[in-house]
Amino acid sequence: MGGLPAGHCERDEHDYELWEKRVDALMMLLSAKDRDLLKVDELRRNIEDLGARAYDAMGYYERWMHAITQTLIQRGVLTIDEIGRKLAEIEAKSDGGDR
Amino acid sequence: MAATAEAAKFAVGDRVRVRRADPPGHLRTPWYCRGHVGTIERICGAFANPEELAYNRSGLPAQPLYRVRFRSVDLWQDYRGNGADVVEIEIFQHWLEPA
Repeated sequence: MGGLPAGHCERDEHDYELWEKRVDALMMLLSAKDRDLLKVDELRRNIEDLGARAYDAMGYYERWMHAITQTLIQRGVLTIDEIGRKLAEIEAKSDGGDR
Repeated sequence: MAATAEAAKFAVGDRVRVRRADPPGHLRTPWYCRGHVGTIERICGAFANPEELAYNRSGLPAQPLYRVRFRSVDLWQDYRGNGADVVEIEIFQHWLEPA
């Protein structure tokens, strides 16, 4: 990317995890014209703002998840406290699984 | 959107130079073509400015978008591929100057 050397390019289509499909659906719903809670350009800006190290460490939909969260905070749709409490609630409910 | 679009300043075949600028924010003009000269290949239409959309502003008036053709050897001095190779990049009007 950006003219920098890159590794091997995986050309095969692969299956997506359920959480990845949910992130995709969330993005579609939030950016629908009648809602306009998120513009794809805001998503891209927030992905770019990750910084190189975080960008490289995250997967494709992890970057989207981060950028959706940032946009909803910036738009005033969600507060940081709401997100923090919800995350804690979900963690408490989960029995060590990752979703 | 066409009602609030800026008029196109360039025509197909015109030589243009990409502005060598580096403002902060979400920019869709690749770094590697800034400062270089290319030729207008087509006018793609006019679209809300993504630099503004990235901050949830209207991006209007819409900016004409051009497909600009560059010679690969012009973009990269050490280019070793076919001398006839070209790169086409879609660039908004406010990034272009007559060359």
